[in-house]
Amino acid sequence: MTATTDARTVTAATPPANDLRRIASLIRARIVENSHRTGTPHLGSCLSCVDILTALYFNVLRIDPKNPRDPERDRFILSKGHGAPALFQILALRGYYPQSMLDDYGQNGSLFGEHPPTPDHLPGIEAATGSLGHGLPMGVGMALSARILGRTHRVFAVLSDGECNEGAVWEAAMFAAAQRLDRIAVVVDFNKWQATGRSEEIMALSPLVDKWRAFGWRACEADGHDVDALLSLLSAVPHGCGRPFAIVAHTIKGRGVSFMEDDNNWHYRIPTADEVAAAKRELGVPT
Amino acid sequence: MRNAFADEITRLGVVDKRVTLLSGDIGNKLFDKFKDNNSDRFFNCGVAEANMMGMAAGLALNGLRPVVYTITPFTTTRCYEQIRVDVCYHRAPVVIVGTGAGLSYVDLGPTHHSCEDIAMLRVLPEMTVLCPCDANELRAALRAALKHDGPVYMRIGKKGEPVIHKSPPDFEIGRAITVREGSEICLISTGNVMRLALDVADQLGIIGIATRVESFHTVKPLDTQRLAQLFKQYRLVAAVEEHSRIGGLASAIAEWLSAQERQRAEFLGFSLADCFLHEVGSQDYARRRLGLSPEVIIAGIKRALATAA
Repeated sequence: MTATTDARTVTAATPPANDLRRIASLIRARIVENSHRTGTPHLGSCLSCVDILTALYFNVLRIDPKNPRDPERDRFILSKGHGAPALFQILALRGYYPQSMLDDYGQNGSLFGEHPPTPDHLPGIEAATGSLGHGLPMGVGMALSARILGRTHRVFAVLSDGECNEGAVWEAAMFAAAQRLDRIAVVVDFNKWQATGRSEEIMALSPLVDKWRAFGWRACEADGHDVDALLSLLSAVPHGCGRPFAIVAHTIKGRGVSFMEDDNNWHYRIPTADEVAAAKRELGVPT
Repeated sequence: MRNAFADEITRLGVVDKRVTLLSGDIGNKLFDKFKDNNSDRFFNCGVAEANMMGMAAGLALNGLRPVVYTITPFTTTRCYEQIRVDVCYHRAPVVIVGTGAGLSYVDLGPTHHSCEDIAMLRVLPEMTVLCPCDANELRAALRAALKHDGPVYMRIGKKGEPVIHKSPPDFEIGRAITVREGSEICLISTGNVMRLALDVADQLGIIGIATRVESFHTVKPLDTQRLAQLFKQYRLVAAVEEHSRIGGLASAIAEWLSAQERQRAEFLGFSLADCFLHEVGSQDYARRRLGLSPEVIIAGIKRALATAA
């Protein structure tokens, strides 16, 4: 299952998934608008992971935004920290903080920039990422803590494909498998690009799903924009098989805005006002 | 020192069920007792230090008190970014232990030497740097480290270091311990060179220079109150350390001095040369090759005193 078919094809969906798609479109519009307003880059990377984050935050994660430090909460780590502009919008929409807090995004003294701040500084954040390859080891520690302390929470980490260049990812993968940590799941946002080139040309990533399997994980591929598929896979964690779980989610960088899709210029480009308006029209979000 | 560490962490692990020991595939049998008592809180993390340090941060942020243990370069420089970002930036209460610090592992070559670790760890915000001078100071330091609400780096030797304290001393992070009184000059030592500092003090005493010796087991935060007192009281203060002359205890004191008004005491630093050692030999041999010996220290102190007079 890949997302290389028409990205805007809507598969038959249950009403909740339809709701999630509407939410995802709203989030995409806010990310694009925010990029224009604040000059925040990594637009393509943010748009590729929106459906994954939406599925997690609006359905899968057992979280209570009013009690963000609940010891039993599921932990989510955006290991590809440069997707923070997407996460910031989702946390606001989920009620971790008022939407108005994002008004000063990028201004002097604001918490909201290009990467997540520390958990001490913003509710809803479990790890201050930004340097790639850090989130999974920290997540493995969090999953291990659950076992030691007899807790049942799960840990979900979203990694980028470029991030899988980092050796620490595979160190963590081997350790999690050795410890049979089945309460941790990874979603690789496999948008086929990293900062300056095709991810499969820079490092020999393929076959990525087989790599995870070879490292002892239960692993599968999925369409990273198919919310139904993501929900059924992610909700089933832990699978009870004694293995950590990885989804190699095929995605499209810049997904949702036709002139950004699969164009790596949008790793750093900032949209103009006209481009924001065009993007919102495509997303069906009123300007 | 490492046997004392293993013994003390075993005791502490029994008392405090949050204590979780992570080892980087080292210490075969050393931690058998810890494992016997706390099998669910010991993890051999393999030869994968970046992951080990990141995991430690994840554990610490979720209610546990991880202690990370391996040979010094691998628990410091090998995973430096994980220490900086995952541990320090998150202010995660991880205790990082570097065993065989300085020139303890001479024969293993510079891959296993660690003469830069104090510099690299103390520059990190939120980090506390402890260098106990013997097994008993180590026990006390470890207890304090596990009570500290933030990251701690503890630099320890290997085994067979001379005993300085007969029992674990009263220990407070950031408060120096006076090991010997003396009225003329003061030596400030950190970590595993305390015996050398005391030997120097003995020899200076014989020629009429009564020498006080301080254990600055905490390099960060520096005991600035004690420093102010010492620089006021003595005409010469000298730092002794088994660490590069760049960035260690002597540097830390010089940094403090640079922000003070003129002090009475002259200050000397006795550290290791800024170079790799391409030879093997004893720890004493290695220290001498890198410029650290009682003779060098005594000659330097005599010269300074003669000039001052």
